[in-house]
Amino acid sequence: MIHIKRLQEDGTDVVALVGEIDASSSIDLDLAIAKSVGENFTKILIDCSALEYISSAGLGVFMSYIEEFKEKNISMVLFGMNEKVSNTFEILGLNELLLIASDKAEAKKMLA
Amino acid sequence: MRTKALTRLLFSIAIITWLALVFTDLSILFSVRNGLKPEIASWLPRVILNAYIIILFYFYKFKIERDESLNFIDLLWRVFATGLISTVLSLILRLIETLLGGSKLASNFLYLEFTYLINLGLMVSVLLCAFMAWKRLILYQKSKWLIRLWTFFEWGMAISLLFNSLNHVFVQQYFQYVLGLFVLVGLVLSGNMKWVAYLNFRQKWTGLLLLLLTIFYLFYIFLTAGSLLPETVNPENQIINHSVHVFILSLMIFVSLYSIFSFLVVLFNLPTTSVFEQKLEEVVNFQRISQSIQTEQNEESVYNILLETSVSTVFADAAWLELTEKKEGHRIYTYAIKEKEARDIITHLEKQHVRGLLEQNQDKTRNLSKHLSALKGARFRSILAYPIYVKGENIGTLALLKELPEGFNKEMNKIVSTFANQAGISIENFRLMEEALQNERYKEELKIAKTVQKSLLPQVLEKDEHFEMVAFSESADEVGGDYYDTLRINEHQTALIIADVSGKGTTAAFHMSQMKGIFHSLAQGCSDPKDFMFRANQALIHCLERGSFISATFFVVDTREKKVRYARAGHCPVLFYTSSRDTAEYFKDKGVALGMVRNKSYKEFIQQNEFSFASNDILVLYTDGITEAKNNKNEQFGNDRLLDVLCEVKTLSPKQIQEHLINRLYEFSGTSNIDDDYTTMIIKFNDRT
Repeated sequence: MIHIKRLQEDGTDVVALVGEIDASSSIDLDLAIAKSVGENFTKILIDCSALEYISSAGLGVFMSYIEEFKEKNISMVLFGMNEKVSNTFEILGLNELLLIASDKAEAKKMLA
Repeated sequence: MRTKALTRLLFSIAIITWLALVFTDLSILFSVRNGLKPEIASWLPRVILNAYIIILFYFYKFKIERDESLNFIDLLWRVFATGLISTVLSLILRLIETLLGGSKLASNFLYLEFTYLINLGLMVSVLLCAFMAWKRLILYQKSKWLIRLWTFFEWGMAISLLFNSLNHVFVQQYFQYVLGLFVLVGLVLSGNMKWVAYLNFRQKWTGLLLLLLTIFYLFYIFLTAGSLLPETVNPENQIINHSVHVFILSLMIFVSLYSIFSFLVVLFNLPTTSVFEQKLEEVVNFQRISQSIQTEQNEESVYNILLETSVSTVFADAAWLELTEKKEGHRIYTYAIKEKEARDIITHLEKQHVRGLLEQNQDKTRNLSKHLSALKGARFRSILAYPIYVKGENIGTLALLKELPEGFNKEMNKIVSTFANQAGISIENFRLMEEALQNERYKEELKIAKTVQKSLLPQVLEKDEHFEMVAFSESADEVGGDYYDTLRINEHQTALIIADVSGKGTTAAFHMSQMKGIFHSLAQGCSDPKDFMFRANQALIHCLERGSFISATFFVVDTREKKVRYARAGHCPVLFYTSSRDTAEYFKDKGVALGMVRNKSYKEFIQQNEFSFASNDILVLYTDGITEAKNNKNEQFGNDRLLDVLCEVKTLSPKQIQEHLINRLYEFSGTSNIDDDYTTMIIKFNDRT
């Protein structure tokens, strides 16, 4: 199960993911991102430091927003991934499609 | 049939007995009057009278007591009918008497005695009929001591019959005490009037009429018999005298008492009849609600039944049921009130800060009529509200309204509260059934998906003299599909593919079949993996749903050039063992999975790779079900372990390598039930190379 926390910092929406994302909880992730987009945030940070595992459903959610973000000029950076999660993103090649940073500072830099 | 014949027989015997009584009585009388010594013993008529009583007793026993089909009113009818007949016959006799006037016959003592005996016979008949009927009524609800008392009463009366035959001095002394005892017992027994409660309104009126008339008949017959008595022989020589016959007297008193009591009880229970009928209706309604779960198709019907039954039970003028669930949203079902009006009342009450009427965390019902009075123009002056709970969660409120102020009493409150509870349970059951049904459907869907998946995997792999190939695939219940396939492009080129489709159940199965189609059409004559991937991606743009993707690796094995070209689209890295260097390694390359870039720029995200092979080299293709398999310590099988396992058996045949790998996998995870799909494809290049 996933627990999603949202914070606003200097006009950036920081979405922290705690736990695991599987097929059922991927819906919550989808809703959270949709909410962010709906509230007209153009800078979104995804805090993955407490994310233990992500399934293909969760990956699919991130992937599905790529086009939309391009159109609406929204930057999203994921940061703080553990080795396993990072590996998953790399194998799938998502690291070439999404912005991934190692920590928050770097992520903030990437946003700008 | 038997009973009918028996009753007819008994009736006939009774008549005969009565005639015998008449004969013996009259002969004795005649003898006595004429100063002769009677030939017949004086006790004989009394004995015959008792015999007559006993026979009639059994006659009525079979007719009334044993008859299962008689209900209360029928019993009263029987008694009434018997009384009527007797009275009519008695009246006819009187008529004859009046007609005869002062004639000699009319004053003949024999004739008078005869008249008396007729009346006596009729009276006894009515009394016994009533006795049996009252027995049925009193013993309607049996209890131990009631039965004992009644048995005592009956046997006591039977024994008194015996004594009466003797006309003993002994008997005469105790006559009053015995009579008193029987009257007392009769009184106690008369207290059993439970059958009255079961009559409905109309039956009560009918009963009243019947009882009243029965009482009249009884008194008429008593009077007649009594009046005829002194007219016969003087009391000292009385042969048959019912006024000293304990049995008959007790019976007269008992039957009369019970008739009068019944009449009064029925009369005074008339006003409460409606309450009983209401109670019965409540029970029926309750049953309706609990049964509605089996018979109704949807929740809405349950709500409507709840509304209807609540309204009818408490005679409410209107009602509504407001549901406030997250999923379904606010809904309101109304009865005899417009939705707008209901909402107005709700808003009004909320404004008044009435806490808990329509708030969803209520445990008790509340009578909030006083708040209603403030609402101008409202039709209603009383309101009761109940929360409905399903699985401990409040899903809505039932509100009942009346136009009268304080129109609801405690009883109504209680019963509707029970209804609301039951409705909550019914809805809960309903939803559980729906869930179970959904689960069933879901399981069916998965079964179909699994069957489709299995059918898409190749039955036979491409054969080549330059390499040996085996494949193994097992799918988990819920997870998406692994796919692998082979296709011969030409003499020296074979295409291989391994893929992992995202998604679950039937969706994955669909995507898998799309992938298969794409593979089989594009791989023909295509020796360029990068091109294959590009085209595959283009094709899939129009097939895949939002958020779905497919990871795949496509190989072209060229046995002429001894090379393998491949493109890895987001799939697990390729594992290759080179026998000349005796090392195994994972190839490093880049490639984004199919469906992630849904336009032509995907070309830049997929890379073409190439490597050479020699004999005894081993190419291992697999899906993440293998590397991500967990043991009980939550550790993953992992790429390193896979590599090590390969090295353990690098000299064996592909089949053996495969077996070994699978076994090690099961060993590691502690079970053969892996929670994901897992597939391996092992190609060993042989010595011919």
